[in-house]
Amino acid sequence: MTSQSGAPLIRLDGVSCAYAGRAAIEGVDLEIRAGQFSGVVGPSGSGKTTLLRAFLGTVPTISGTVRRAPQLRVGYVPQVETVNWTFPVTVAECVLMARRSGRIAPWRSRKERDEVQDMLGRLGIGDLGDRHIRELSGGQQQRVFIARALLGRPQLLLMDEPTSGVDVRTRHEILHLLDELHDGGLAIVLTTHDLNGMAAHLPHLVCMNRRIIAEGAPRAVLTADVLEATYGARMEVLEHAGMPVVLDRYDAAANVVMIRSRGA
Amino acid sequence: MAELLRPFEFEFFRNGVIVATFAGALCGFVGVYVVLKGMSYIGHGLSHAIFGGYAASALLGVNFVLGAGAWGVVSALMINGVTRRRVIGADAAIGVITTASFALGLVLFSVFGRRGRSFDAALFGSILGVAPADVWAIVAVTVAVVSVILLAYRPLLFATFDPEVAEASGVNVARYDALLMLVLAAAILATMQVLGVTLIAATIVLPATIARMLTSSFSRMLILATAIGAAIGLVGMNLSYHLDLQSGPTIVLVGAGAFAAVFAVTGTRGRARAAALTAPVRAVR
Repeated sequence: MTSQSGAPLIRLDGVSCAYAGRAAIEGVDLEIRAGQFSGVVGPSGSGKTTLLRAFLGTVPTISGTVRRAPQLRVGYVPQVETVNWTFPVTVAECVLMARRSGRIAPWRSRKERDEVQDMLGRLGIGDLGDRHIRELSGGQQQRVFIARALLGRPQLLLMDEPTSGVDVRTRHEILHLLDELHDGGLAIVLTTHDLNGMAAHLPHLVCMNRRIIAEGAPRAVLTADVLEATYGARMEVLEHAGMPVVLDRYDAAANVVMIRSRGA
Repeated sequence: MAELLRPFEFEFFRNGVIVATFAGALCGFVGVYVVLKGMSYIGHGLSHAIFGGYAASALLGVNFVLGAGAWGVVSALMINGVTRRRVIGADAAIGVITTASFALGLVLFSVFGRRGRSFDAALFGSILGVAPADVWAIVAVTVAVVSVILLAYRPLLFATFDPEVAEASGVNVARYDALLMLVLAAAILATMQVLGVTLIAATIVLPATIARMLTSSFSRMLILATAIGAAIGLVGMNLSYHLDLQSGPTIVLVGAGAFAAVFAVTGTRGRARAAALTAPVRAVR
């Protein structure tokens, strides 16, 4: 299943992955192409992070095949909840970790120093290199890990819930930054719970719940039927300024999420 | 002043001071990785495990470094394997492996008697047990361990801070975890005679924890922990002579005193940093 037109970067064919015998994703067919900008949505435990790990090759597959373009460089920004914020590492030290130069010396060369500074400046955090990573705001912390991923000069950037736990303004800043990176030719795949934010910003969505339920443009994917198949509950989908807006309403009397759809 | 310098007239004391200082520096250096990876219990367990090899090599007349070294390497790799696979609780598995090895050492000594190297020195450390060959051994191990870690500095830092992303970036995290365990085993082996297996864990943990209270930079923490470990070894060994105490406990008490002082001086900021020395965050799916 594909939707965008660049050269293929990664292709999953019938891929299943499991932890301790329990399937996390099953029979996933998905292709990521150069220049693609996609959001992966689904409920908690639906295998979104595992999907990213399958792209990365850090989770063993129990069936199916993963094909990557030769010499593909992938950057990865993990969920902020998994980052060890108490680790004694400054912003500059953190960003430099991902640089693949073959240099052995522990200290930074002048070239590396300049490279890190340029990257931090490009992301608007140029004056924070000596700060500890925990001393930053949520948006700045995301930028540090984006900078680390970008320093490896990736063709594909994978991000695990980059907008979780940040305020609306920070979310817009992050998505704006990703827009700029995408405009520069970078393929981006991110996971999120933010259906409406992604519908407004991303050209391509993937709905999954261990399996791929649907993929395509937000208007085509965010329908009541697809959302019910994805989340196991009906949701109301409205249209505002040409974009789908998903409402979830809880009917306490019926003890179910209301079943109502006005179409996308 | 003359009184303080007088013990340096004795060769055994000079040897002891050199060994204690290098042992402190070595344990402080390795301890940074041990503490940041939440492996303090592994360090404690591994030191006990090596005691089994120490006892066996003493009884069999095998070279101590070879015997206890081989035992330590096997124990380290077993612990690393158990920790990585998570088939059973890592803490429980480490407890079984290391305490069984320690108990075996005690049994061997009790059944066959205490031959060769001092039993008490192995347990609690002793300046009297330091031979000239130990001086060269500790210097050589320190140089080797520091060289290995500095050569692997970048991937080791990446694997310590963020193993998942490091793996995705091409770092062989399993290999670096194994390397760290081997380095830890070498450090314990080289220092057990002067520090004692029951006290080594403290000399691994204390300098790194003190350094963490003083800085939020990894590279500075590495330098500070090494210097603090060396200073604790130097001061502790001198005090043990002047107060006629065993070297291992005295060095540990000096370290504990330094920890208390830095804890008090650095205030809430230092305490927050020390409190943050917990096991790494669990990955999500």
